[in-house]
Amino acid sequence: MTRAKTIPLPRPTALSRPHWDGCREGVLRVQRCDACGSYEFIPQAVCTKCQADELGWVESSGRGSVYSHTTVHRPPRPEFDAPYVVAIVELEEGWHMLTNLVDCAPEDVAIGLPVEVDFRAVSDEISLPCFRPRRNA
Amino acid sequence: MSDVYVLGIDMIKFGRFPEKTVPQLGATAALMALDDAGLKIQQMEAVCCGNLGQAGGMVGQRVLQEIGQTGVPVVNCANACATGATAFREAWMSIKAGVYDLVLAVGVEQMGRGLLGGAGGGSGIPKEGLLGSGTMPAVFAEAGMEHSRKYGTSFEQFAKVSVKNHHHSTMNSKAMYQIETPLETVMNAEMIAYPNTKLMCSVNVDGAAAAVLASESKARELGLGRAVKVKASVLTSDPWQERDLVMPDVNSCTRLAAKAAYEMAGLGADDVDLVELHDCFATAEILHYENLGLCGDGEAGKLIDEGQTALGGRVPVNVSGGLLSKGHPLGATGIANIYEVSTHLRGEAGERQVENARIGMTHVIGLGSACAIHLLEKVN
Repeated sequence: MTRAKTIPLPRPTALSRPHWDGCREGVLRVQRCDACGSYEFIPQAVCTKCQADELGWVESSGRGSVYSHTTVHRPPRPEFDAPYVVAIVELEEGWHMLTNLVDCAPEDVAIGLPVEVDFRAVSDEISLPCFRPRRNA
Repeated sequence: MSDVYVLGIDMIKFGRFPEKTVPQLGATAALMALDDAGLKIQQMEAVCCGNLGQAGGMVGQRVLQEIGQTGVPVVNCANACATGATAFREAWMSIKAGVYDLVLAVGVEQMGRGLLGGAGGGSGIPKEGLLGSGTMPAVFAEAGMEHSRKYGTSFEQFAKVSVKNHHHSTMNSKAMYQIETPLETVMNAEMIAYPNTKLMCSVNVDGAAAAVLASESKARELGLGRAVKVKASVLTSDPWQERDLVMPDVNSCTRLAAKAAYEMAGLGADDVDLVELHDCFATAEILHYENLGLCGDGEAGKLIDEGQTALGGRVPVNVSGGLLSKGHPLGATGIANIYEVSTHLRGEAGERQVENARIGMTHVIGLGSACAIHLLEKVN
């Protein structure tokens, strides 16, 4: 899918900057709780599971599979180039991420499809973490 | 604590009324509910008003400016799609607490056209908007596909929900639409977010509904006649779930609310004769069959295939036409579905009457999330 300049871009905060820096560097970073070991996405100040304030950043393998998906034909704003695929990807580490599936026709999307992260640069600062079908699945 | 009864309840026909103001629509429903109870605004000791679009606009007070500024306390509620049910529940709570004996609850909304939800920019990592996933049809499409993942639920089964509810609304003159939509029409309608086609999305309409609630002593004093007893009133927010932060979870808070409501009423799902549930999208109705305990996990597809939730089936669901065809004016929906169930318990639903209805359930869920469930019982 193409993204016009007018699509609103994320503005990294102190909390989310490690994630966005990682995306720009080609690494998918996610928070993990040092106390209970659960993953947090999107970034949080405290663990939503055990409430410990011991969240650290770890690198994800960036590999996973499609947990659920939809193909949006009527987009929320005209700048989006419909139809496009929105998916929830279950990463190998067990955490979930809402994302776009790219390089994949809507009719080829299926639950369980093996996918890998694919960073798409949309500005000097921001690369968006999309997913594409895994080549060596 | 006193039991609480609904003495009067009504709704306006849902539609598009651009020439009317929100308070005018609310006032119309309020007067209808008062007439239904045979009471006057001067007898109401408090007013609870639900509206989302003008949540900062003191809608409840402006309703009273239309029908009588009696100086009573007014509370305005906003709780996403659970707004109307929350206003009803605030009234219920104030009577339960012994503060008032007669309270008016009003729910009203004027809606625009088009999709709900938009793409905001934002700090941090917005869950929605960035990905073009921020439309309600997409959110509920993903939730439906999760059900497909677990149980193999098909596009056709989701579409059958819409066929059923549109059929029901042909018998409801207060519904926005009275149009039959055969399966192929539903499945071939414009695709909005797979698997939800346009006919599988709720209708954005203007609407208003209102109810007069009374304490047991006041209800007995005025006569129980056509009264309906509130057996349970429950409101929940999301309990923590692994996926909370990725996809709005429409299931957990409904399951939590259903369990609490059955416990409060001393009833089980088998006791329920009809249900008005939150079919904001056809996919959602399938999920809520299981969330409300109408069938076991994984059996919802079978339930719709066998017609068990159609009028005449084991547990008719959304006999009003539901949000899919009656329409979904956000702040009014919660009280409008209490009106539908009450009408059946009173035996006044005409052509779409559910035979021998004694216990009815209403359910709404506002994303964010707020889930409200009411269990209602026939009195006479």
